[in-house]
Amino acid sequence: MEGKTGRFGDYGGQYVPETMMNALQELEAAFLKIHGDKEFNRELFSLQQEFAGRQTPLTFCGNISEELGCKVYLKREDLVHGGSHKLNNMLGQGLLAKHMGKKRLIAETGAGQHGVATAIVGAALGLPVEVYMGEIDTRRQALNVFRMELMGAKVIPVRSGTRTLKDATSEAFRDWVATVLDTYYLIGSVVGPHPYPLMVREFQSVIGREAREEIVRREGRLPDSIVACVGGGSNAIGIFHPFLNDDVELIGIEAGGKGIGTGEHSATLCAGEPGVLHGTLSYLLQDADGQVLPTHSISAGLDYPGVGPEHAMLKDNKRAHYAAVKDADVLEAFSFLSKREGIIPALESAHAVAYVMKNAGRFDTNDIVVINLSGRGDKDVSEVSKMMGCT
Amino acid sequence: MGRIEDVFRERKSPAFMGFTVAGDPCQKTSIRIAKALIAGGTDILELGVPFSDPVADGPTIQRADERALSSGTTTDTIFGIVREIRKESAVPIVFLKYYNTVLHRGIRDFYREAHESGVDGILIADMPVEESEEVTRIAAACDIAPIFLIAPTTTDARIRKIVKQAEGYLYLVAVLGVTGVRKTVSSDASDLLRRVPMHTDLPLALGFGISSPEHAGACAAGGAGTIVK
Repeated sequence: MEGKTGRFGDYGGQYVPETMMNALQELEAAFLKIHGDKEFNRELFSLQQEFAGRQTPLTFCGNISEELGCKVYLKREDLVHGGSHKLNNMLGQGLLAKHMGKKRLIAETGAGQHGVATAIVGAALGLPVEVYMGEIDTRRQALNVFRMELMGAKVIPVRSGTRTLKDATSEAFRDWVATVLDTYYLIGSVVGPHPYPLMVREFQSVIGREAREEIVRREGRLPDSIVACVGGGSNAIGIFHPFLNDDVELIGIEAGGKGIGTGEHSATLCAGEPGVLHGTLSYLLQDADGQVLPTHSISAGLDYPGVGPEHAMLKDNKRAHYAAVKDADVLEAFSFLSKREGIIPALESAHAVAYVMKNAGRFDTNDIVVINLSGRGDKDVSEVSKMMGCT
Repeated sequence: MGRIEDVFRERKSPAFMGFTVAGDPCQKTSIRIAKALIAGGTDILELGVPFSDPVADGPTIQRADERALSSGTTTDTIFGIVREIRKESAVPIVFLKYYNTVLHRGIRDFYREAHESGVDGILIADMPVEESEEVTRIAAACDIAPIFLIAPTTTDARIRKIVKQAEGYLYLVAVLGVTGVRKTVSSDASDLLRRVPMHTDLPLALGFGISSPEHAGACAAGGAGTIVK
């Protein structure tokens, strides 16, 4: 299990205030103990099946395959309970929190998908949940705020700094610094200090393991390319990881916002430099003085200036490739998939769809392209309808 | 670094360390505030280096950081502020900061320039001892004391690790939580003042939530120099 020491190449580590260190070491020990534990894994497997709705389908998209000139499959994480891949990680961490005897769960959220997954797990496991969410995001993802509250979670709007995911994460850190003894902090992506990037990857790798088995069963071979959107990068790592040692092209798609040249984007790997934010050394969008830059994306879930340290390593060693697509192309992909296949993607996942649309020329007729459809778009329809001018 | 040692050498009464964010609200006023702290008798001047994402700080210092950054404070202007203070005062100056602005400038360059401008010690709030090897080595080469935090959650085993790397003084975190005003000094502070001296002879400073002369008095009675922040 690479990443065990907390480093992915030069990236990763534990850049946190001293107050957190003991809790992180405790968490690492608890995670390593349950990771190979049969009883824990049986419990997790049964929750994945009976509660989350796994295994998720691998859907062949005949209509867009014909139009784009390659065989397109979608890994349907949008069908996971809660509407996205986020619950995979939450079931794992929630169970772990329970095993550790923690009394309270906290989380940060951008689009609200991770917050919703945390609220689901809190309700199911009987633990109180508090979710930090940027004030701007509470407005653009009001439906998810309501869902969280309906399931008994308390949503705390964050009014400092950018009022989006970055500052929601900082506030969750500050909460945890004060409450480490009885509180479990569920980080929603493969970011943050060790052991989070490792642990979240392990819980999300179920996506890639299922996709791999299913594509081999259906096509008799591995896919040529796998495409996934990257904000923090958990759905991408989840589907990439079981294919790392195979001859399969891995492509991560970042939020190009209004265009990288405009500065209004969240394309950390495409336009950032190595730096430390929220406990980890990875690529980071920062200014000439090392201050973290404000970001922009049409999708709240990708609106983050950092990225998981394992992606930083995969970029440097060229095992994966990273590109960005613009907001306008994402909107087009959102409509395209909805109209042609009857599947409304989350704006985050629509980034991956947009890349394949824009770059269809790269693929041959017999190429198999798997897109990780990390979430469903119901949460986005009201914002998108405003942007499309229908009110 | 000798300046920090001088503060604690043969000291009978507790030392007072005043804190202000460099560049808050602007460079000129910030220098005046620092000089006022010195005139008021601070034994060590703690300068916060503003960062966009100060995860160990509560709302008061967050807002100070935001004011400093929005008035255009950069690493260069902060070194300028230190040089200005140094023209008039030999009081030890310690930076309290976050790692990314050091890393981004280049660790060696940052520490060399810090030393040249007159900085005596640097505490990086998001750098636990496990990640500090390179920084500590460079700090030693630049004659800058690496100051470390010890928190209420720090185990005795970690205290032993930290005191091996630390110089100048140890910064004991008086509360479980971020910086900012508190009504009372928590019992965590007295627990630290009891545990830490078993492992080291370094001077002990106590900060986070020390909000009034009464708090400071209570801490000093327990054996600490105090940092008001």
